[in-house]
Amino acid sequence: MPAEAGPLTIAGVVFHSRLLVGTGKFSSPAIMRDALAASGTELVTAALRRVDLNNPDDPTLSHLELNKYRLLPNTSGARDAAEAVRLAKLARAATGNNWIKLEVTPEPNYLLPDPVETLKAAELLVQAGFVVLPYMNADPILARRLIDAGCATVMPLAAPIGSARGLRMRDQIQIIIEQATVPVVVDAGLGLPSHAAEAIEIGADAVLVNTAIAIADDPVRMAQAFKLGVAAGEAARLAGAADASFSARASSPLTGFLRERSS
Amino acid sequence: MKLSVNGETHIVDGADTLGSLLLLLNVSLQNLVVELNGEVAPPDKYDETQIKDGDQLELVRLVGGG
Repeated sequence: MPAEAGPLTIAGVVFHSRLLVGTGKFSSPAIMRDALAASGTELVTAALRRVDLNNPDDPTLSHLELNKYRLLPNTSGARDAAEAVRLAKLARAATGNNWIKLEVTPEPNYLLPDPVETLKAAELLVQAGFVVLPYMNADPILARRLIDAGCATVMPLAAPIGSARGLRMRDQIQIIIEQATVPVVVDAGLGLPSHAAEAIEIGADAVLVNTAIAIADDPVRMAQAFKLGVAAGEAARLAGAADASFSARASSPLTGFLRERSS
Repeated sequence: MKLSVNGETHIVDGADTLGSLLLLLNVSLQNLVVELNGEVAPPDKYDETQIKDGDQLELVRLVGGG
């Protein structure tokens, strides 16, 4: 986000919130609905899963007021490019739009994205007319390759999905921000509004938060807190921060001390 | 006829289109998408889409996710 940034714009679509929110793990559809409203988000993610034929009506998303939000389906569960492309095509049919959050996470413990398969899938999906928002490790060279492939954003992880550990990849993300020609969305691992504020302060265009909101004791209040965190980060970014200094810089005058004597 | 639905074998009688199968299985259409033999089935044509013995179907739905 340049310091004088206008609103977040992804593939020509303008959003008035820099907070993207995931719809997983909420304890009830009603709480999800209220938390999304409190967050101020305009772009929400969803996943695709097999229908449970013993319980064929999953109500999770039926409470979502779809006219209020743009829906960004993900390819979660994909272990390689072929599975991601298959899921993306199903998602397109389900949502009626061609936006896809590309996720290829073959490894179950840290859910880290596979860079090779992600790039391969991104190339195929862009070619097939999708607007691709790839979840990726915070690797500046990979970010460049994904942008060259035609991705609409890059979405580097702050820390592993759901880990709530904050901006662990800060230095790498800062390089990505410096070089990116598309919006940078910090995705995954943000646990607190201060983490979101930090990401926006260093120039990220947006953040994506799910677990930290959904599993809070009070998800609605936490959604509101994240909204404020993002707003604080944006205000700080626009205000222009002081440079950090290793030594002290006095903020009170260095003259007129009581110990001084006139001679 | 024998169908594979979401990886499980189902013996189905009384349904010859996708629309009638979904009705039989009691699956609502909300946020639903169907893959028939590897291809996405057009949602507006379920009632015209014929199904036959040996078909492989995936019924998937948008659910909460990050």
